[in-house]
Amino acid sequence: MPLRSDIKRVLVIGSGPIVIGQAAEFDYAGTQACKALKNAGLEVILINSNPATIMTDKAMADKIYIEPLTLEVVRRIILLEKPDSILSTLGGQTGLTLSMQLAKEGFLDAQGVKLLGANLETIEKAEDRQAFKDMMREIGEPCIPSEVVMTVEDAVKFASNIGYPVIVRPAFTLGGTGGGIAANQQELEEIATHGIRLSPIHQILVEKGIAGWKEIEFEVMRDAKGNVITVCSMENFDPVGIHTGDSIVVAPCQTLSDKEYQMLRTSALKIISALGVEGGCNCQFALNPENFNYAVIEVNPRVSRSSALASKATGYPIAKVASQIAVGYSLDEITNEVTGSTTACFEPALDYIVVKFPRWPFDKFVYAKRTLGTQMKATGEIMSIGSSFEHAMMKAVRSIELGLETLTIERLVEASDEDIMKMLAASDDERSFVVYEAIKRGVSMDTITQITRIDKWFLDKLRHLAVMEKDLKTLELTEERVRVAREIGFLDKTIEELSGQKIDEVVKTYASFKMVDTCAGEFAAQTPYFYSTRDKENEAALFIEEHPSGKERILVLGSGPIRIGQGIEFDYCSVHCAWALREKGYEAIFINNNPETVSTDFDTSDRLYFEPLTKEDVRSVVETEKPIGAIVQFGGQTAIKLTRYLEEMGVPVLGTSPANIDAAEDREVFDQLLESCQIPRPQGETVYTTDEAVDVANRLGFPVLLRPSYVLGGQNMIIAYEPEDVVEYMNIITAVELENPVLIDKYLMGKEVEVDAISDGENYLIPGIMEHIERAGVHSGDSISVYPPQTLDSRIRETIIDYTGRLVKALDIVGMVNIQYVIYEDEVYVIEVNPRSSRTVPYISKVTDIPMVNIATKMMLGDKLADLGYVPGLQPEGDYVAVKVPVFSFSKLQDVDTQLGPEMKSTGEVLGVAKTFADALYKGLVASGNKMERSGGVLLTVKDRDKEAIVEIGRQFHELGFTIYGTVGTALILNENNIPTKVVRRLAESKPNIGDLIESGKLNYVISTSSKGRMPQHDDVRMRRKSVESSIALLTSLDTAQALLDCLKSNRTMTEIELVDIKDIR
Amino acid sequence: MSYYKRDKRAWLVLSDGSVFEGYNFGCEGTTIGEIVFTTGMTGYQEVLTDPSYYGQIVLQTYPLIGNYGINADDMESERSWINGYITKEWCEEPSNFRNTHNINEFMIEQDKIGIWDVDTRAITRVIREHGTMNGAITTEDIATTKEALLEKIRAFKVVNPVQAVSRKNKGWYYSQVNRANHVALIDYGYKHNILRMLLRLGCNVTVMPANTTIDEIRNLNPDGIMLSNGPGDPAENVEIIENLKDFVKYGKPIFGICLGHQLLALAMGGETFKLKYGHRGMNQPVKDVTRDRVFITSQNHGYAVVPESIPAEVGKVTHFNLNDGTCEGVEYPDIHAFTVQFHPEASAGPNDTGYLFEQFTDLMERGQQGCL
Repeated sequence: MPLRSDIKRVLVIGSGPIVIGQAAEFDYAGTQACKALKNAGLEVILINSNPATIMTDKAMADKIYIEPLTLEVVRRIILLEKPDSILSTLGGQTGLTLSMQLAKEGFLDAQGVKLLGANLETIEKAEDRQAFKDMMREIGEPCIPSEVVMTVEDAVKFASNIGYPVIVRPAFTLGGTGGGIAANQQELEEIATHGIRLSPIHQILVEKGIAGWKEIEFEVMRDAKGNVITVCSMENFDPVGIHTGDSIVVAPCQTLSDKEYQMLRTSALKIISALGVEGGCNCQFALNPENFNYAVIEVNPRVSRSSALASKATGYPIAKVASQIAVGYSLDEITNEVTGSTTACFEPALDYIVVKFPRWPFDKFVYAKRTLGTQMKATGEIMSIGSSFEHAMMKAVRSIELGLETLTIERLVEASDEDIMKMLAASDDERSFVVYEAIKRGVSMDTITQITRIDKWFLDKLRHLAVMEKDLKTLELTEERVRVAREIGFLDKTIEELSGQKIDEVVKTYASFKMVDTCAGEFAAQTPYFYSTRDKENEAALFIEEHPSGKERILVLGSGPIRIGQGIEFDYCSVHCAWALREKGYEAIFINNNPETVSTDFDTSDRLYFEPLTKEDVRSVVETEKPIGAIVQFGGQTAIKLTRYLEEMGVPVLGTSPANIDAAEDREVFDQLLESCQIPRPQGETVYTTDEAVDVANRLGFPVLLRPSYVLGGQNMIIAYEPEDVVEYMNIITAVELENPVLIDKYLMGKEVEVDAISDGENYLIPGIMEHIERAGVHSGDSISVYPPQTLDSRIRETIIDYTGRLVKALDIVGMVNIQYVIYEDEVYVIEVNPRSSRTVPYISKVTDIPMVNIATKMMLGDKLADLGYVPGLQPEGDYVAVKVPVFSFSKLQDVDTQLGPEMKSTGEVLGVAKTFADALYKGLVASGNKMERSGGVLLTVKDRDKEAIVEIGRQFHELGFTIYGTVGTALILNENNIPTKVVRRLAESKPNIGDLIESGKLNYVISTSSKGRMPQHDDVRMRRKSVESSIALLTSLDTAQALLDCLKSNRTMTEIELVDIKDIR
Repeated sequence: MSYYKRDKRAWLVLSDGSVFEGYNFGCEGTTIGEIVFTTGMTGYQEVLTDPSYYGQIVLQTYPLIGNYGINADDMESERSWINGYITKEWCEEPSNFRNTHNINEFMIEQDKIGIWDVDTRAITRVIREHGTMNGAITTEDIATTKEALLEKIRAFKVVNPVQAVSRKNKGWYYSQVNRANHVALIDYGYKHNILRMLLRLGCNVTVMPANTTIDEIRNLNPDGIMLSNGPGDPAENVEIIENLKDFVKYGKPIFGICLGHQLLALAMGGETFKLKYGHRGMNQPVKDVTRDRVFITSQNHGYAVVPESIPAEVGKVTHFNLNDGTCEGVEYPDIHAFTVQFHPEASAGPNDTGYLFEQFTDLMERGQQGCL
C-alpha cells in the first residue's frame, strides 16, 4: 500500500521535557518521524514544549508550536491548524496519553482527525490493565496473576489470595512512577496508597512477584497489511523486578535456545497482530529459567526507550519506519537504507553484541535511595558494541564516565567480605560491580546466582574479566596475554597499569573497526556506522578508501550519557556542529556512545563511531580517520576533558585554544586574567583540605559557595552558611577522588544573568542576554531564565556587553563561550566562564533565530562574522519574550532533597513564548506541569533568613483567597503581620501534623526553604519529599514563588494566551 | 569465551590461498569442505545436525556460539553432518535448563574439527564477494604443507551427498493425535522437525529412502508425499528426478521443502542454478504472492529454481525472496503439489510459515474425501 491519499496534514506530538523515564530517545524518534513525513510530501505540524530538541528546529516541520502539552493546548492547535491526522505513537507516554484522551472525548472524531500508528482501541487494549489481560486471555498468551484495583483494601485482599511478594503498577504513569514491590501487607498498604494517588485514573495493578525470572524484550513491527517482523531481542542482565531502564541490557538475547527464542518471538508477533498496531511495539516477557513457562509483562504500542536502543543496536530505524507505516506504506515498500538494496521487511542479524548500561544520578544525589526496583531512576544510558560480552562490558564501564576502566571499584575492594555479601543482596546501582568484586573474592557462582538471580552465563563472563585482571597483575605480560586482554576489552593503559609492565612498542597497535550493517555481512552495506574490535581487518579504513570524497575530515566529540547537568542540549549542539561541517564541505566524524540521541543516528554525520569517550578509544578513531582537527566545544565536559589529549595526539583542537580552555577552568590563571581585564568577581580561594576550607570560609565571611574545580552542572556544589556545612561538604568531597582542588567563593545573593557569545577571534556576537528569576545560589540550570531581560537597566547591560567583550578577547575565544554574571548591589561580577557551548544555546537559537552552533562552527573553520552577514555585539531583541522553566524528576528519586541550590537538580526544561513576559512565564509554568490553581491552600515554612520576605508572599496568597498554613515560626511572623495563618505541627511532632495536611489534599502549593537540607532524615527534607510525592506544587525559592504569584494575580488563563508558531517570531 | 582453551592453534585455508589463524576446538586434524556462512543468532545445534550442511564447513556470523549448550531435544538428525565449524568464540560454561554438555564436547563426540577466534566477519565478506569457496581447517602447521593442502582443497567436491545422508530403510512413526493422514516422507536428508510437525498435525509418517520408486509408494498407499530438504546440487540426482516424474502422476498431494522443492521443479521440466553464496539464516523475507504478505523464513540452500524455467502450463511461482527476487515457492495445481525453497518447519528459525503444513494436511483430507 502506498501513501494513504486521505492524509495531507499530520500533527506530531512530542514528549515534552526530559524527565526520568522519558528522555532524549523521543527527540531521536520525533526527528526521524518529522523527516519521514516530510519526505513523504506531507505537511507536518509539531507540538513539543521542549526547546532543547532537534525536532523543534525550523527545518523539521511546517508549523512548530513550543507550547504546553496539555489537552486544552492541543485542542486549540487542532482547531487552528486543522490537521487531518495525529501521529500518536512517537511522543512517548505523553503523546500517547494526550492522543487517547482527545480520541476518547470525541474531539478527534468531531474535528475529522484520524489517529495514526495506533487507534483508540489499540491504545486502550495496551494501556488499560484489564483490557490488556482480557486480550491476552483471548489470544492464549499467559499473563502474571494480577488484579486491577482502585482501593487499598482490594489490593490487600487480592495479595492475600496469591501470596507475597506482589508488585504494584499504577496505570498510566511514566516509567512506572509510584510502583514498587511489597513483601508484606504493611508495605503493600503504603505503596498502594501512593500508586492509587499518582495514577490519573486511580487504578493500580497488583500482581504476583516472579522475581528471578529472566526479563526478555522484543521490538516488533507491523504494517497495515499485517506483515510482522521482530527488529531486535534484548535480555536483561538483572532478572525481573528491576525496571528495564535501570538494568544492564544485552542484545541480542544470549541465554535462550532457539526454541525459547522462537516461542517468545511468536508470542510478540501474536500480540502486535492482536493489538493491530501499525508501527512499532515493545513486548516485555518474563521467562522462567527452569522451564518453558513465560508471561507477558508489558506491551507498549509505541516507540520507546527500548526501540531507540534497538534501532542503534541493529541499525534498523524503527521510528522512521513506524512513521512511514503509519501513513500507509507497507514494510516491503520501504527501503532498508543500510543496504540500499533490500527492504525494511526483514529481521536484522547481528554479528556483535550490544550492552546497554544505565547512568544514574547518584553521584550528584548522594543521599538518594539507590535501591533499584520497578521505578526507573536512571537519567540516561550508554550503549557499547563489542565482539564479545566481555569486550562490550569493558567499553560500557568506560562509557558511563564514572572514572572506571575495569569493573573494579576501589571502595568495594576495601569493603569486608561480610559487607560484599550484604551488598550482593541489595539490588542497587552498583550491583554489577559488587558481583564482580564477589567473583574476584572467589564467592561461588552458585551462591551469587542464588542471591542475585543473575544468570550464570553473565557471571561467568564477568569471571573471565576478573581472571584477566588478576593475571595481568600477577603474571608476565606476554604478547599473547596482551592480545587476549585487548580482545576482551582492556585498554593498553589499563593493561600497563595493572601489570606494571610496558607493552612492547612493536605490538602497540590501535583498534580496528567493524560496520553495523543489519545483516551480519550478508549484503554489501553503505552505513557509515562503526565500532571497534581487535580484529585485523579494519572496515572503516576500507570504507574510507572505497568512498573517496576528497574532503577533509573533522572529529566531533559527543557528550556521552545524559545526566543531570549534561543533557540533551549538548546533543543538540553536537548535531548542529556536524551539520555545519558538512555544509562547509568537510566530512564530520562523530564519536559518541549515547543510544538515545539524534547524534548517534548514522545519517547525522559522515561516519559514526559508537565508542567510549576516553583518550585511548578516541586515539584509535584518530588513527583510522586522520582528521585535520577536532571540535570539543559542543560535547559538554565529556569532550572538553579530552582537549589536552587531542593536542598530545597531534590533532588540532579547532576554535578556542586548549591553553585558553584551561585558563578559564584553572582558578589561579583565571583570577589573573580577570584582574588584567579589570573585571570583578566574588572573592574566593582554592583549598585542598578541610582545615584550609574552614579557615578560608571564615576569612571570606559566610555564606560561601564551595565546589570542586572542573565541574559541570554544579556537581557537588553547595552554599555553606556555617563552618559545620563546610566540614560536612569537605568530608563528602574528599571521600571521592580529589584530583582537583575545591574552590571557595564569597556568595553574593544577587541577580543572575547569563550570556552566550560567539566570536570569530576578532569580533563577537551576543544573540541575547538572559536574566534569571531566582537570585544567585540557585544553579543556572534550575533557574527560570528569561529572554530578553526584563529588569536590567542600560548601564548594567552595557557593562555586561563590555565585560563579555573583554573576556572574549582575553581568552581569545573562537567559537562559543558562556558567561555567568551576578549583579549585586548594582555591580556586575563574573561568576563563571565556560569556553564551550551551554545548555541555553538551543533555546536562544530558536527564539532569536540565530543559528548559534552553525555560526560558531563556521568561526572555528575560519569564517568571519561579517562574512555571514552579522553585525557584531548584542543583537536587537525581537517582539517575543521566552521563558525557560526547569523540570525535575523528584518524584522518582526517593530521599532526594528537593530544595534548589547551587547544585543542579533538574532533568529537563520547557519554554514559554509569548508577546509579554507575564504570558510567557504563565505558559512556561503550565508547560512544566504547574496546574496554576487560583484558590485552595498553601503551606509556608521558611528559614529565618526568609522570614521577612515571606510576609509579602503570604499576603498575596491571602489576598487571592488561599487558606494559609505555616509551621510555628513562619506562622508567627505571618500572623503578626495580620495574615491569618493556621499553625501546623512538624512531621516529627505528634499527629495531626504537616504529613496529615499534605495527605489531606487541601494543599495546592508548598513553599519551603531551610538552611539545612540534603540529609534525607531531616524534617524539612521529609516534608518536601512528601509534598512532591503527593504531586503538590513545591517551591523552594521565594523568587519563584513571587513569579508564580504574579501569574496567578494576572487572571490570565491558557485559553486567552496566543499560541505561537516558533517559525513566525522573527 | 573459552578463555582457558587457547592452547591449540588452528588455521583456516581458503582455496584462494588466504589463511586465517585461530585456535582449535572440537577434534584435531585436517578437514576440507565447501565454506558457507549462516547468519542465525540462535540455533547452532540445529545447524550442526541439519543434514543439508553435509560436506560443508559452516561459519557462524554471530560471534557467541554455544551459550545455551547442547540438549537432547534440539537434534535435527541423529548426528552432525558438517565437515568443519568456524566461530568467533565458543562457550565453555553454557547456561540453560536443558543443557547437557557444551559445544566443544559435542564436537569431539561427533568427531568434528572446529576453529575459533578468527575474524569471522572478514571471512564472511570474502565469501560474499567471491562466492562460496572450498577451504580447510587444520591443526597441523601449514608452513610446509600449505601448497599440498591447497591442491586438495581445490580438488574437493561433495559426492553423492543425498545418498550419504538418506536413511536406507523405511521408518514408521505414529502420531499421538491421529487424524489418519498417512504421509510418505522421502528422506533426502530430512530435518527431524518436518517429521515432528507432521506428527503434531495428526499424520502418521513413513520415512522412505531417497531413491524410493513409485512402486514402493504404491505399496505404501500414502495420502500424501513429503519431499524433504537435503544437501548438494539438485541436478545431480538424476535417478531421484526420474522417480519424481512417476510420483507426480500418482495423484496424491505433494509438499516439497528446499531440495524437495528443487527436485520437483527439475522433474516438472524446470531448471536450477547455483547461487553466489546461498541463503543461510533465519531472517530471509519471502513474499507470498497469493496472500500478498511477507513472511520471515528460515533458509539453508545454495541452489535455486530458475523461475522462468517452470512451464506456465504446469506450475506458477507463488513465493519469491524479497532481498534478491529468487524463486521461493511453486504451486503445481494439476498435480496437487506445492513446494517451497525455505523451511516452514523452522528449527532453527521463525515459525511464521508453519501454516503450510496445514495447507498440506487440508489437501490430503480433501484427497481422502475425493474432493481434489
